[in-house]
Amino acid sequence: MTDHLLEVRNLSVDFDTVRGPVHAVRDVSWHLDRGECLAILGESGSGKSVSASAIMNLIDCPPGRIVSGEILFEGRDLLRASNEERRRLNGKRIAMIFQDPLSHLNPVYTVGAQIAEIMTAHGTAKAQARARTLELMNRVGIPEADDKIDAYPHQFSGGQRQRLMIAMALAMKPDILIADEPTTALDVTVQAQILALLEELQAETGMGLLLITHDLGVVAEIADRVVVMNGGRIVETGDAEQVYHNPTHPYTQKLIGAVPGTGEMATPLTATKPLLEVRNFGKDFGGFAALDQASFELFAGETVAIVGESGSGKSTLAKCLLRLIEPTTGEALYDGRDLVTMGDRDLYRMRRDIQMVFQDPTQSLNPRMTVGQIIGEAFAIHPDILAKDKRPARIRELLERVGLEADHIHRHPHQFSGGQRQRIAIARALALEPKILVCDEAVSALDVSIQAQVIALLEEIQNDLGLSYLFIAHDLPLVRDFAHRVIVMKDGRIVEQGPVRQIFDAPHEEYTRNLLASSLHPDPKVQAERRAARQEVTA
Amino acid sequence: MSQIDSAITTANPIYKPPPAWRTTLGMLWRDKFAFAAACILLVVIFCAIFGPMLFEDVATRQNLRGRNAPPFDLSRGWLFILGGDQLGRPLLARIIVASQNTMAVAAGAVACSLLIGTGLGLIAGYTTKTASQVIMRLADVIMSFPSLLLAVIVLYVLEPSVGNLVIVLAITRIPIYLRTSRAEVLEVRERMFVQAAQVMGASTKRIVARHILPVVAPTLITIATLDFAFVMLAESSLSFLGIGIQPPEITWGLMVSQGRPYLTSAWWLSFWPGLAIILTTLSLNLLSGWMRTALDPSQRWRLEVNKEKAKND
Amino acid sequence: MRAFLGKRALASLISLLGLIILVFFLSRLTGDPTSLYLPLDASLEARENFREINGLNDPLLVQFGRYMADLAVLDFGDSIRRSEPALDVVLRAFVWTLQLAAITMTLVTVAAIVIGSLAAFHVGGLFDRIATFFSLIGASAPDFWIAIVAIVTISLNVAFIPTSGTGTVWHWILPVGVLFIRPFGLILQVVRSSMITTLGAAYVKTARAKGVKNKSVIFVHALRNALLPVITVIGDQAAALLNGAVVVETIFGFPGVGKLMIDSILQRDFTVVLAAIFVTAIAIFVMNLIIDILYAVLDPRIRY
Repeated sequence: MTDHLLEVRNLSVDFDTVRGPVHAVRDVSWHLDRGECLAILGESGSGKSVSASAIMNLIDCPPGRIVSGEILFEGRDLLRASNEERRRLNGKRIAMIFQDPLSHLNPVYTVGAQIAEIMTAHGTAKAQARARTLELMNRVGIPEADDKIDAYPHQFSGGQRQRLMIAMALAMKPDILIADEPTTALDVTVQAQILALLEELQAETGMGLLLITHDLGVVAEIADRVVVMNGGRIVETGDAEQVYHNPTHPYTQKLIGAVPGTGEMATPLTATKPLLEVRNFGKDFGGFAALDQASFELFAGETVAIVGESGSGKSTLAKCLLRLIEPTTGEALYDGRDLVTMGDRDLYRMRRDIQMVFQDPTQSLNPRMTVGQIIGEAFAIHPDILAKDKRPARIRELLERVGLEADHIHRHPHQFSGGQRQRIAIARALALEPKILVCDEAVSALDVSIQAQVIALLEEIQNDLGLSYLFIAHDLPLVRDFAHRVIVMKDGRIVEQGPVRQIFDAPHEEYTRNLLASSLHPDPKVQAERRAARQEVTA
Repeated sequence: MSQIDSAITTANPIYKPPPAWRTTLGMLWRDKFAFAAACILLVVIFCAIFGPMLFEDVATRQNLRGRNAPPFDLSRGWLFILGGDQLGRPLLARIIVASQNTMAVAAGAVACSLLIGTGLGLIAGYTTKTASQVIMRLADVIMSFPSLLLAVIVLYVLEPSVGNLVIVLAITRIPIYLRTSRAEVLEVRERMFVQAAQVMGASTKRIVARHILPVVAPTLITIATLDFAFVMLAESSLSFLGIGIQPPEITWGLMVSQGRPYLTSAWWLSFWPGLAIILTTLSLNLLSGWMRTALDPSQRWRLEVNKEKAKND
Repeated sequence: MRAFLGKRALASLISLLGLIILVFFLSRLTGDPTSLYLPLDASLEARENFREINGLNDPLLVQFGRYMADLAVLDFGDSIRRSEPALDVVLRAFVWTLQLAAITMTLVTVAAIVIGSLAAFHVGGLFDRIATFFSLIGASAPDFWIAIVAIVTISLNVAFIPTSGTGTVWHWILPVGVLFIRPFGLILQVVRSSMITTLGAAYVKTARAKGVKNKSVIFVHALRNALLPVITVIGDQAAALLNGAVVVETIFGFPGVGKLMIDSILQRDFTVVLAAIFVTAIAIFVMNLIIDILYAVLDPRIRY
């Protein structure tokens, strides 16, 4: 017998699907000890969450099926325990928090009731549970816990909800906390706070922390050891620092190589006449200023990144620019003419010059149309671009241009992977031969390695066609490698703008500095230094 | 499911799909109940179209010796397998002939309400606030009206003919489609592919026709199938109460009503037409349930998985 | 909340008014009441006399104006057939309908929610398949046919269950039983599909990760969320019952509003028809309001 707190041995899980069984994980083994943090790192479809679900008895059987393996908790095999025995462990000895706390909290019960429930479910008296709930809410940093205990999940912010999930998970002082992508949906500054809270609590209780993530930065920040997964198998395992600096498996090397934020920064172009000039843009939503006095310029062939956290107004800015919503104030001069006051006819013509790529290609492509119809719609709307008989050939050409095959023309979007879908969306935008491409979080939904490929494609297209990009993102390292100039936004206002070097190396504003400090570096050494620096500041 | 889906896309990013009609038939075959339902409906539709042509004479020929002839007696010919009615007419032939009126009323009413309701719903969902408000209030008034009562009153004012019955029933069902299509439009128009089309400069007409209608249509068709059953029952109730179709025209509901005085001596007079109603509405319900699954991309896999595994799901 | 209630009341008042105007004029078009009320060989004088007394000689608009003025003070006039205030006749019948609807809907709601939830927990299991099968048949069956079959099979074999009228507990069995079937089938299906959706929701996963017992997972975490769409359907079905279960009341000779309305229309007793519509419309408005409030009670995100 081993003396590990938790050990997974040779676990294999299958999922039955339309096209036969899929091996979700194959022969996976790892262990977790008291007081340490183990990260399982992998991209989507790598099977990184499956072993955690197996531990918590959360795999739906069917379609899931545990083919072989053991899960030893304090030496006992959980897979042989009865459902009732496992229920007693869940929440009490092993607790779990999830990505997207909003959907993981029951919307119709108060948060206090939900936190208390984990205690009453394991035999704590009601009054005692409520007292402890208050204590926990205070501990995880919910202000005015006395009042908020009877509030509902939708009345909290994203970060607070994750704090509440943590409070819930820690209520029974579990030996193990499993955190499945706990910070993925959160802003960088909030992410840093949540990770710090997790670290603190771990030190306090000595629990084992199992962290499931796709983000090397999160691993660098918090993990002691890391297990790298790809295609349902463990490809590499070891000390977090070791793995980052001396990856042995080609997949790990590729993954680390794809992480943005380490490349050369671009030098701004030296153009004189702006292609697009935005002046005093503002948008009011019933008295709330989503966008306030935003002014900037975009030159031909350059990439301007707009960064900011959620609610900073960066997407509103893009929508106003494309007249998806009408700005309340300001003007946007393109080619000497104001986009905002343009009539329908001119607007229709202008559409050819300014195109957009949306965040989620799954949603921005009509699922009922073929790829050919999707790209061809550009020609159907603007028939004067190309004669009818030349269109199929052009669509094939465009598909090849974005790295797909010409034969894909008859397929539907759901037959492609996320990265391929985004390529289709780019091809659709290119069909109109635009001068400006607005990319609204265009790569945020993609895996890191795919992200790098799509960015490379965008750079290539820019070099060939001289396009200008307005690149909206929340991911600072990504912007660092890609943009010529950067605009930082907060609460609807532009806080700071300048060449990428200046923003990253010598930011003028406190907010920008804070944003940069919160963003995570994939190198555990760098992260350790940053952490130390942060502690000095607070101490 | 997300884990599995992503696993599939990684494992097999691109595969060649078979033609649409074959996948549809295949999915229908996988759900045996829905398949049986579709077969029954095909038979009913066939009867409704060709029934009167083939059996009109037999169904109206009175035969005093065959009065209330019991079912399952083949001595008078196969048409009497379900027995004879109070005037000695073969019940089977009458049921087949009556299917035409029954189906015509339901199909007409559903088609009218579907077209008008969806049209108004699209307008309400995609135009100015005032137009939308007016349309929605109109729907409220119709909804607050006791539908059976509306039918009763209008039928007293008008003649209880097939055409009028269709109009009355259609009016009462318009709000269903109006509300559904408006709600769907409000949701779909916010989707990103609609915004993508807007960014490309697509006209409102194009967006509605190419992007919104195709997405909304499956829901509406599913509802229409279910509603077909509802309208059929409503018409049957009216005819049963004597305020729907009047003799000598026949519908299934009317036949049930005509058999009512003979309940104790000849139960089959009411039983068989009632069974025809149940079988048809049941089939419609089953098919509508199947459509809800088959037309929903996120549910569809249930029908695509092999039978063995489908059982386990 | 108060503003919302006011707005709802105003909207309902407008549609109620539209309803009453429409019904009044439509019902006056259905023919001359004198030929229905008086013997066929009644003299012209007698007819004229009857018209004069009941104000049927006045122009339609005058009749309508008089009617609306009376309506404002809730005076619907006397029933021509029964020579007593129409409102009294209607309210008496409405009490019966209300009881019938309340009993039926309570049984339906409890049964459909419990059985539907359990069916959803093991989708595709034996229990689920049996429940789905019967709910489908229930939702597909015409009530008049079921009523007839019930009369033939049950009442004629089980002597103590009467087929018509009121009086004892046994009189309720057939009307409630027949009315139960269709709403039960419909609501069960909605409960089931809604529960399947919510049981797959992320917060149910959280509850399981917390070690909450299965019973609580279903009936505490999933059910309350699943009830929202269910309530809409319950409201629709209850409204249909409040409108008077015309067919069932007619077949079983049950003295409810549905039967009263049909009888009054056949006898051209306008005052009763109008009063009946007015009363049921108000009842349905009150019920819709209760449904709206229930929404807000069940889901804290809904605030009017």
